[in-house]
Amino acid sequence: MVNVAVSPVNSSAPPIHLDHVSVSFGRQQVLRDIDLTIARGQTLAIIGESGCGKTVLLKTIIGLLRPTRGAVYFDGRNLAKLGERELTRQRIRFGFLFQQAALFDSMTIAQNIAFSLRQHTHKPMQEIREIVSSRLAEVGLPEDILVKKPAELSGGMRKRVGLARALALEPEIMLYDEPTTGLDPIMSDVINELILGARQHHPVTSIVVTHDMRTAQKVADRVVMLYPLARLDAEDSQMIYDGPADRIEEAADPRVSQFVRGEAGGRLMEMRQQNGHAR
Amino acid sequence: MAANSSEVPRPGSRTGGPLDLLVNWIADLGGAAMDWIAGLGNMARFSLRTVGWMFARLPRKETLLPNFYQIGVLSLPVVALTGTFIGMVLVVQSYVQFRNLHMEAKLGAVINMSLVRELGPVLAATMLAGRVGSAMAAELGTMRVTEQIDALVTMGANPIQYLVVPRFLGCLLLIPALTVMADFMGVAGALFYAVGLLGIDWHHYIENSRHFVGNFDLFAGVFKSLFFGAAIALIACYRGFHCDPGAEGVGRAATAAFVYSFVMILLLDLVLGIGLDGLYFTLWPEAPKLL
Repeated sequence: MVNVAVSPVNSSAPPIHLDHVSVSFGRQQVLRDIDLTIARGQTLAIIGESGCGKTVLLKTIIGLLRPTRGAVYFDGRNLAKLGERELTRQRIRFGFLFQQAALFDSMTIAQNIAFSLRQHTHKPMQEIREIVSSRLAEVGLPEDILVKKPAELSGGMRKRVGLARALALEPEIMLYDEPTTGLDPIMSDVINELILGARQHHPVTSIVVTHDMRTAQKVADRVVMLYPLARLDAEDSQMIYDGPADRIEEAADPRVSQFVRGEAGGRLMEMRQQNGHAR
Repeated sequence: MAANSSEVPRPGSRTGGPLDLLVNWIADLGGAAMDWIAGLGNMARFSLRTVGWMFARLPRKETLLPNFYQIGVLSLPVVALTGTFIGMVLVVQSYVQFRNLHMEAKLGAVINMSLVRELGPVLAATMLAGRVGSAMAAELGTMRVTEQIDALVTMGANPIQYLVVPRFLGCLLLIPALTVMADFMGVAGALFYAVGLLGIDWHHYIENSRHFVGNFDLFAGVFKSLFFGAAIALIACYRGFHCDPGAEGVGRAATAAFVYSFVMILLLDLVLGIGLDGLYFTLWPEAPKLL
């Protein structure tokens, strides 16, 4: 308990700071020297093509993956230095919406949403039930799905249940992993509005990993674009854009504008050549 | 390729000569051995963490009971049924030989001995590995592949404590009961076939069994089953946790869980059998003999 006095939670420190983070799997490096500070209350969109390490970055921030080099600081404290108990205490300040929602199949929708409430609070069942109902209403789902299993729901419903579950403990930081991937345009926009809505109750710092430019431009006030390491030289920075969301269309870098406009350019020919078909 | 074939590869050069093949073969062997040792180390660490969490905090009743039901109650019918059959098969197999020696009445002793010491525990464990072990590996593997285990971690639950400990406890605590069930049904099945159908004298069959099979034999079987149960749960959960992505990975995890558990059951059976026999003859040098 002496630790608490020695290292108090520093509320003036930025909530999340990535200090020159690199992540490798075996010999394959996915993230290289990412230096990023996210301010309290900011909504940051991390964009980039598939395989550029966006999801890896998100998982590194919450400690699901460990940086091979560098460190992740949360409220000024190095995540890698925290003990298991302390790490758990810090993790429940986060909410994480997974790409495929990752609902627990063996549990009902109600049990899924109530999971962290039952795990980490001593609230009576009645109160938990009320919180579950209100979270479900916020994401616009009917009460009668509470007794269903995740397999009985559509993709959009599962995503919204995942969002309700992530918001159950009113997290300070929300991490979204491709929140609109695989949804129809209307449901995508519903999710965008829910991401914006999550900020209305209390100040939430959000990180949205996406390759959907509409999401990035609608919800984010800052955009960071990552580029796949395989397409970069050893000395290039992996972050090829870092700035306000509404200025990204004016970016000078052709790689950024290619992504924003969604143009293949010479990419297909390049991939064919790599695979040896054009010899 | 045609140009290369005229060149004679020098020994030891990197062109695929016999020495090179040997070097590559040794390198592959070394690589495989390193992987195997690393896997063994990971498995040991996984087991230690499971035991550590088991003592740190017991899981809640609502996570324990469904697992106990799945592992114990639902396995009971299949264990009872196979136990009965194996008891009867043993009689069918050994009856003719014993009759030729005019020792039919000793049949009970031999059959019941092999049932409570070997076949009961091994059969119960095999059924558990097939029915529960591969299902656990597939379930945890699916949870790994669909990021449900990651979701548990982000929600501040420890997956070892939440997923592995209840399954481990279920297998460890319920396999003795399943073993006793297999023993009982095997003994009953053998008795039914030998006395009821083959007409062996009831009194001698029972007396010989009682004289020859002691409490230690029953204990030895149940004691061994504890190790089998622990091995099944740990191997199945480890395989599930380290599942490769995709449906193929989940399938492989389920198969591997059964195959590795089965090999481990037989290996443990041999080692524990030798150990327990040694203990038995140290404690009781004047053990009753068949002849």
